[in-house]
Amino acid sequence: MESKGLNLTLKIWRQENAKAKGKFVTYEVKNISPDCSFLEMLDQLNETLVEKFEMPVCFDHDCREGICGMCSLYINGRPHGNDSGVTTCQLHMRKFKDGDTIYIEPWRAKAFPVIRDLVVDRSAFDKIIQAGGYVSVNTGGVPDANAIAIRKENADLAMDAAQCIGCGACVAACKNASAMLFVSAKVSHLALLPQGKIEAKERVEAMVSRMDELGFGNCSNTGACEAECPKEIKITNIARLNREYICSKLG
Amino acid sequence: MSNLVNSSIGKKLMMGLAGLFLCAFLLVHLGINLLILLNDGGEAYRMGVEFMTTNILIKIMEIFLFGGFLLHIVYAIYVQVQNWFARPIRYAKTNHSQTSFFSKYMIHTGVIIGIFLVLHFINFYFVKLGIVAVPEGAEGKHDFYNMVLNLFKNPVYSWIYVVFMIGLAFHLNHAFQSAFQTLGWNHKKYTPIINFVGTAYSIVVPAGFAIIPIYVLYIM
Ligand code: FES
Repeated sequence: MESKGLNLTLKIWRQENAKAKGKFVTYEVKNISPDCSFLEMLDQLNETLVEKFEMPVCFDHDCREGICGMCSLYINGRPHGNDSGVTTCQLHMRKFKDGDTIYIEPWRAKAFPVIRDLVVDRSAFDKIIQAGGYVSVNTGGVPDANAIAIRKENADLAMDAAQCIGCGACVAACKNASAMLFVSAKVSHLALLPQGKIEAKERVEAMVSRMDELGFGNCSNTGACEAECPKEIKITNIARLNREYICSKLG
Repeated sequence: MSNLVNSSIGKKLMMGLAGLFLCAFLLVHLGINLLILLNDGGEAYRMGVEFMTTNILIKIMEIFLFGGFLLHIVYAIYVQVQNWFARPIRYAKTNHSQTSFFSKYMIHTGVIIGIFLVLHFINFYFVKLGIVAVPEGAEGKHDFYNMVLNLFKNPVYSWIYVVFMIGLAFHLNHAFQSAFQTLGWNHKKYTPIINFVGTAYSIVVPAGFAIIPIYVLYIM
């Protein structure tokens, strides 16, 4: 089936390096298939730039199937663009209309400095994980999967929280650039399971304190994170994080 | 490692607890104010005021009340300034995310309530303390009844009062449920109840306060 190509105006944030002053540059792209993804559209733009011996637009990506969490982009005022439950690599161009103007910005947060163009440094998330987002297990034989009984409800909640791919859309969407949804997902998926309970107290305290040091904002229960999370992580996890943290500090 | 009161969650916890305490206080305050509606020449209202200004327990609670206000305001400013700093470069295109609307304007509605509080202090509390002169028409610095009537007989004052109450409603609408979320109270069964109570509270309480000037102005 022949589908009509889209002609679009892109306003893309270009920034030479972390120190440079960036600005929006306007590009026109022609005859974009509505069936291609947002990143493929950017690939096509970059090809035309390379042909003209211009620097291509830098953006993060890896798996291009919504599982790695590398892609980002703040598209027309929404992280991962105008669709819910998808990452930018899964965003279809059919979500746009012919003649649209699209603003493409990097994640904006003090804790996520821009490295170049649309690429930001998200290693702050790694630092939070290093502070406690793990379980300490000695190596040995693989235990039987059914050796430890787990309530189905808890297993489901833990799996939902474990879907977090650490893309940072929650921070990007939050008016306070707070990382609470990310940290709450990471704390929750471990706190809900017996294996994670052992270090639960130390974990939640260490991760929250690291999060605070890294310059993320404070949660105001606005819920933008939940609305924009490509994995649809719920803010009930944030309540659980609060609970874990308060109980741990008081207990 | 940070301690409870200066961690991000701890600050919010303090704000939330102080806020819930203030919510409880508002109910008491409203209860006394509504006595004006009895139209008994202010007898019941005077008794209420008498009790509130002389009872020793209330005097002690008053210290906690000011503490609650102070804690809530200081933490709110602290948290808000940190939040602004967390995003030094803002987006060119404004955020279209689906969010709880009033949560975005808590600092603004908070400032509105703060301004109202100053006005309120000048009109009543400072008069009681003798810092501000007793207004005309009132028989002494404890005659809140006539002070209220004098103020509310003025349509400009009354309508400004109503507008302030709308600001309070907007603030409370997010505040109540948000405090419970901050406390970590999120539950399949109880959260919908909390949300309902919060919404009802945010409408009923400011409406209760706003009814009084309307009554004094147009019905009494
Ligand atoms: S590129 Fe892997 S999630 Fe988008």
